[in-house]
This record gives sequence, C-alpha cells and structure tokens, in this order.
Amino acid sequence: MWKQEEARTIAEAVARGGGVVTGALRALVDRFGYVDEAAIPMVAGVFNRSKAEVKGAISFYEDFRTTPPPRHVIRICRAEACQAVGARELEAHAERRLAARLDGPAEGHDVGIEAVYCLGLCACGPAVLVDGEPHGRVDAEKFDALLGRCTEALAP
Amino acid sequence: MSEPVTLFVPLDSFAVALGADEVAQAIEAEAEYRGIAVRLVRNGARGMVSVEPLVEVDVAGTRHAYGPVSEDDVAGLFDAGFLEGGDHALALGPTGEIPFLKRQERLTFARCGITDPLSLEDYEAHGGLAGLKTALEMDAAAITAEVETSGLRGRGGAAFPASIKWRTVLETEADQKYIVCNADEGDSGTFADRMIMEGDPFLLIEGMIIAGLGTGATKGVIYLRSEYPIARDITEKALAKAYDVGLLGADILGSGKAFDLKLFVGGGAYICGEETSLLESLEGKRGQIRAKPPLPAVAGLFARPTLVHNVISLCAVPTILAEGGEFYRDHGQGRSRGTMPFQLAGNIKHGGLVETAFGVSLRELIEDFGGGAASGRPVRAAQVGGPLGAYLPESLFDLPMDYEAFAEHEAGVGHGGIVVFDDTVDLAAQARYAFAFCAHESCGKCTPCRIGAVRGVEVMDRVIADEDRAANLAVLRDLCEIMEDGSLCAMGGMTPVPVKSAVKHFPEDFGEA
Repeated sequence: MWKQEEARTIAEAVARGGGVVTGALRALVDRFGYVDEAAIPMVAGVFNRSKAEVKGAISFYEDFRTTPPPRHVIRICRAEACQAVGARELEAHAERRLAARLDGPAEGHDVGIEAVYCLGLCACGPAVLVDGEPHGRVDAEKFDALLGRCTEALAP
Repeated sequence: MSEPVTLFVPLDSFAVALGADEVAQAIEAEAEYRGIAVRLVRNGARGMVSVEPLVEVDVAGTRHAYGPVSEDDVAGLFDAGFLEGGDHALALGPTGEIPFLKRQERLTFARCGITDPLSLEDYEAHGGLAGLKTALEMDAAAITAEVETSGLRGRGGAAFPASIKWRTVLETEADQKYIVCNADEGDSGTFADRMIMEGDPFLLIEGMIIAGLGTGATKGVIYLRSEYPIARDITEKALAKAYDVGLLGADILGSGKAFDLKLFVGGGAYICGEETSLLESLEGKRGQIRAKPPLPAVAGLFARPTLVHNVISLCAVPTILAEGGEFYRDHGQGRSRGTMPFQLAGNIKHGGLVETAFGVSLRELIEDFGGGAASGRPVRAAQVGGPLGAYLPESLFDLPMDYEAFAEHEAGVGHGGIVVFDDTVDLAAQARYAFAFCAHESCGKCTPCRIGAVRGVEVMDRVIADEDRAANLAVLRDLCEIMEDGSLCAMGGMTPVPVKSAVKHFPEDFGEA
C-alpha cells in the first residue's frame, strides 16, 4: 500500500544523505515494492529535478515498476548458463502453469513470474528467485513445489 | 565439558539456493536434541558447487568436508560421528586435500570459504589488513608503482592496465576524487564478484581504501546489482562494522587519513555494468552511456577524476601491497599476469570457482576441474566471457587462458566466466538470443545497437526458418560489421562476437555445411 507521506520522508532522507534520484527510487521500491505515479512530482521536488527526469529514470530501470507487484514474485533466470541446463523448458513450464508470460513485470494479484538475466547461480541452474530467496537446479517438479509454497502462504 | 565442535555451513547464494539454510537449522536442532554443544559458523563458499551445501567440521584443527548435504542427511551424519570426522557416504575427507581445491592457486580467494565473512578478527588472523597497513606507510605514487609492477589488468572484462588508470586519477588535480567499484556483475556464467562479496567482504573494502590512498580519492561507492540480495546484506553489515572499528571514516586505523565508502544498489539494468552508464546511474539518471573521451579517470562521477574498477581488480590489490607487486607478477604468462578466478558454469558436472594463474587451458578447466557436461553428454561448445563472449568449439579447448591468445581467435577472456553446453545446443538459437538480449538491454543511445539488435533478431528468425538463407546470412555479416564499427560501447560493439563465432565455428547449425 502506497503511503505518500512516508514516501516523502524516505526520499528526503536519501537527499539529506547526499543521495540521488535513483537512490530514492531504490529506497521506495525496497519499501513499497513499486513506485507510485504520485512519487514523480514529489521526488522531482525533493531533488530539484524535472518531472521528466524522474519519469525517465523510472522507465529506464526494470526494478522500478509503477504498479504494485503480486504478493509473491518468482523471478526466473533466462540467461545462457541456465539455458544450457534447461531454462527454456522451465520458462515454458512456468508460463503454462501460471497462464502468464515471462516478458515484462510480474502481473496478477497473488503469484506472478518475471524474467531475470542472471542471478549469479550459474553453476546450479536453472535458477530462480522467490521473493528474493535464491533456489537452484529448479526443474518443473521443484518449480511446482516452490509455487505450492507461495499459494499455501496465501491460504487463509 | 569439552569445547563445542565448530561446524561450517556456507551463507553463499549457491549454498543457500541448494538448501544450506535448512541444513544449518537441522544441524542446530539435532545438536540440541542430542545435547551436544556446537558452534555453527556461516562461512563463504569454497566454490565447489556440485557438493553444496558443503558442511565442514573442525576436527582438532583440520576441517573435514561432507557434501552435498540435505536436511534429511543431518541425523545420519550425527549417527556416523561426523563431529569427530567419522565416515559417511557424503564424506569428502579433509577439505584442503580435495583435488578441485588443492590444484588451485588462490590469492584473491585465499580466505573465501575458510573464515567467518563478518568477523574482522578472523579476517586479520588470516592475513587481512596486511596490505592496507603497508599502504598506510607509503605515499600515493609508491602505491601506484606497486600496482604497475604487478602487471594487474582490469578483471571486469576489458583487461585495461590498472596502473594507467591509477596514475591518471592520481595526477589529475581536483577538489574531490572517487573510487567506484563496479559490482554490477551481469554476465551470465560469472559469479566471482558475488562469491567474494559474500565470502570475504572486508577484502573489497580494504582494496578500495588502498585504491583511495594510491590515487588521492577520499570517497568510494560500491555499485551492486539488485539481483544479489545476499551480497547486499553482507556488504551492508561489513560496511557498518568497518565504520564501527574505524577502518572506514575520517581516521583510517588511526592514521589520520580518510576514506568514506557507501553501497549503492542498482535498478536491474545490464548496461550499468558499462562504466559510464554506471556513473550516470550513480548520478541519479537513466543508465545511458557517455561518449568517451573524457575518460572517467579524468572526469568521471560528478565530473571528478574517478577510478572505476571491477570487484576482482580491487580485491587483487591487498595481496599486491602485502606481498609486493613482483610476487603477483610472478604468476601468469606473457602480458596476462597474476591469477584469475575462472568460473565454470552452465552444463558442467563440477561447476564453481577455480582461481589459478593465467595460462591454464580451457580443456583443463572444463575437463579436469569441471568433469565435463553435467548431462553426461559430449561437450560441444563453451561461451567464454559472458553474453558478449565467443562460442568456442571443442577443437579450440587447448587454448590457454591468456588475453592475447584469446584475442587472436576473436574471443576474449572477459570476466573469466565459462558457460559449457552439451551436444544438444543449437548455436543458431544462441545467436538469436545474443541479439534478443542486446535488444532488451540496449540503453538506446546509439543507433547501431538500438536498431541493430532488433534487426538481428529478425534476420536470425529468417535464417532459422530457412527463408532465403544465403542472402540473410550476408545481411547478418553486414549487420555485425555495422554494430562493431558504429556502436558507442561494448554492448552493441561486441554483441556480434557470440553471433560471428557461432556462425564461424558451428556453420552446420546455420544450414551451411
């Protein structure tokens, strides 16, 4: 849930520490999971930049998504070392399983998937990051187990 | 009551991705259940990924290894008396005697996997801070001269002689200079930066302080990619500790000299591994590259002289100062001096980190250390040096790992990553991916890269669909030439490297017999 006043406090703290716009956006994403539209004029004001510059920075970086992420995000590595051990098959399986595409930011309310290009787990691929937690040697079966843990966590 | 037994379970991403946290919890629970006192250290990784999670037990001063351990193995290990080094199906013997480790020459990774990464006492007890203490007694020019003697070249991929950059920063007058560490390790098949930052974080901090002393810079930034959450956590803790004990700040170890160091976490853009893009990002902007000149060493971060180095380059510096530049230079061959942490990745049986002097052959790395493909099938290709590196066939595996030897074959050592593929690989699909990756990650500043990558995907689609193949392969060659000659940075300029190498060495995959 976006809280504009808290977001302002965060951005001002980054500015006071000698930080920059990208640093503030990082801090906002760390806290809220995304950067709300309302942040653009606010961050621009705090850093004395134009709104275009702030919006430009947001649109450049993959991490600075502008809508709230699903409650659980599974990031699947798509890079060469994982391709060598079945990442393309895992990608197809995940897309079928969730009826979602790997391109673009994770969508949906509960569990979403998105592509990532290298997690530095290149000797134990295919690799995924589940809510920031690394997992290696992920085949279809292990993927389903990880997905199961996400949906279990959502059960009332 | 005897002393508690010391156990080691890595906190490294590899180990955690394969279940180390669960193993650590299971060991503590089992020890408590059995009423045995143990001291569990979360160390860095040794770099043998096929046996992670690797549990080590200190038996009378010798470490014994067990792996790969799953949480279900823990009770059985206790039953087998592993706390006294007892035999078990997962027993690997004394860790130091394992051939994969014993055959390496570890200078930069000497402590990684051995010490508690966040214990400064452990760091010092294993030779840490010796380089910094030496540097604090020297003037800046003498420190830079030592780096020059070592023959160190940038380990991030470009292999530019480090001392030229150091001297330029040192000799450029300015009110403020910066050291920037490029920890945006985005190349697939590379993980050395991550491993050292998770396993020995004070080494990077020490290297950066020395770089500051050697160039007159009093401020530093580590630019870390966001895809490395564990490295981020360890670095934050190590920086806090370094400030607490006065290793960082206004008075380094009571010397009266200052160095401030901050961590900056990126936004998930591969291009920010390019140094000028990284600087733009650090200034708060879109990570679009800058035209050079001016070089960052003259006008870098906030237009001030800035030494930008990869993690491994900076981590080599404490050894160079502690042991002397000549000691470092005496490793390696030709103009490739010192050691390199090679990274065995992809379809490989024993993947992981192998630090050794330059000159080792690709075949020794892939076959002797790596044991061939994990699938048990024949190895068909290895991509060396990341997404912008060449695909090499088995017939070139006797090539020594050496910057110049690789350049002769239109390939590069890069950051030392080696991604192995078995005979199921389709090199046309890999060539298409090289363009697709470039299209996804291009910063958009120059046309050959921004448009060329998109056209490349389209051309490859036609080649793969066998549509007017000969004509399309001619277009492909032209396109590669334009991207190489016309791009502003290595992203567009080197995307043709994997593509052209795939066509050249694996013509059968492109319908050219």
